[in-house]
Amino acid sequence: MANKILTIKNLTKTYGNNIVFQNIDLSINEGDTVVIIGPSGTGKSTLLRCINLLTKPNGGQIWLDDEEITSKEVNEDNVRQHIGMVFQNFLLFNHLTALENVKLGLVKVKKMDKTAAEAKTFQELERVGLVDRAHHFPGQLSGGQQQRVAIARALAMDPRIMLFDEPTSALDPELIGEVLEVMRKLSLAGMTMLVVTHEMGFAREVADRIVFMEKGSIVEEGSPEDLFNRPKFQRTREFLWKITELYGKKE
Amino acid sequence: MDIIRFIQYIASGTAYTLGVTFVALPSGLILGLILAIIYVYGGKIAARILSVYSTVMRGIPPIVLLFILYFIMSGTINLSPFWAGSISLGVISSAYQMEIIRGAILSVSGGQMIAALAIGMSRLQAIRYIVLPQTLRLAIPPWSNEAAIVIKDSSLVYALGVPEILRRAQLISASTQQPFLAYTTAALIYFGLVLFTNTLLRRLENRLRIPANP
Ligand SMILES: Nc1ncnc2c1ncn2[C@@H]1O[C@H](COP(=O)(O)OP(=O)(O)OP(=O)(O)O)[C@@H](O)[C@H]1O
Ligand SMILES: [Mg+2]
Repeated sequence: MANKILTIKNLTKTYGNNIVFQNIDLSINEGDTVVIIGPSGTGKSTLLRCINLLTKPNGGQIWLDDEEITSKEVNEDNVRQHIGMVFQNFLLFNHLTALENVKLGLVKVKKMDKTAAEAKTFQELERVGLVDRAHHFPGQLSGGQQQRVAIARALAMDPRIMLFDEPTSALDPELIGEVLEVMRKLSLAGMTMLVVTHEMGFAREVADRIVFMEKGSIVEEGSPEDLFNRPKFQRTREFLWKITELYGKKE
Repeated sequence: MDIIRFIQYIASGTAYTLGVTFVALPSGLILGLILAIIYVYGGKIAARILSVYSTVMRGIPPIVLLFILYFIMSGTINLSPFWAGSISLGVISSAYQMEIIRGAILSVSGGQMIAALAIGMSRLQAIRYIVLPQTLRLAIPPWSNEAAIVIKDSSLVYALGVPEILRRAQLISASTQQPFLAYTTAALIYFGLVLFTNTLLRRLENRLRIPANP
């Protein structure tokens, strides 16, 4: 039986009276790619932020491997090191080159020595195909290139799981492909991934499982095959229709 | 007294003016920097207290504060007028520098901090390696303004008897009956110092500019 990397039980998050999501259960096996889809404002980003401990949930528990990371005794910085996060708007460190962006965590968080860190940095930049852009600053890179550096930066920390929050929604259409390609390879290489995206082509092809969230709860989940061809709920069917209309014209 | 000796007499106060500035500006910077970080990241209570600190310090004429701080200091620790005056000016400047740096911190996008935390950095590391390097670059232009103010305000220590430019101009104007020449000389020296500092800082700003930063 496959190893569970991430287990979420009964997770609830509220802002004041606004319930963002309630009683979310989700688990992810080692090496799997799980795609979350759902309308805007459903709490997908908030869920990822809770997993990464950037936001505190109001109830429920999260385990990374066997460690309960929502427990009070846990060292948050240490946990985040093992969870890679890729943001919609890239969030590269503006004052650092691509190389320095990737290297900084290795030197300051992992305390690697400079030469080893640099070697590892080039390895990661190689993975995303950007060795030739190593000395460029974020402002000198295209959106697609920035996002690939951001992926390399997260990968450099050797995370147990990678979280992607709409990694291609801020990109011009012609740049989306290069980022999805990097993610596809990563998934094939066995990385455990949780991806929020509207890219249905990617979800269909790469996901082991698709989770449909709406209004703060998980409506249904299953293999791409099941969700696209035999959705259990009308809501799922309608959403998939709408999203394919909006984003999937080219496919 | 010939004109050269006249000017030399006033200009020799420049050492004190520079001395006061070199104590006041950096001490104001270090204090202002620490206070700005506490203001932004230290929670509501700290922010409330520092907002009062800022309002009070900036709402009183520097010369009045200088006297108050000077008398507090000379009453408790035995400091020379030079040191007491310089440190007082540094404390006064810290309130202004705190506001400059706070503004710059707030204009660095919050996403930068989040991205730093996301790779496992502690808040302190994120502040040090991600937020501050960007903040300080942004702060150079307004800081250059504050540097000019501190250079000019260094003249206030004349009131404590420190023989800097203004004090000397005043003395020599009284003894030679040449106030116009005396104060014009002083004015030119101050102006030169401010111009020089601003040019230097503009160069620094250009050198540190991040390429193609959006
Ligand atoms: N810091 C916050 N304070 C208050 N409310 C918040 C905060 N962050 C998110 N919310 C609310 O939580 C809800 C879910 O937001 P979230 O960003 O997680 O949705 P999402 O599914 O990622 O949407 P999108 O597809 O637009 O990115 C929204 O109603 C939003 O207004
Ligand atoms: Mg979102």
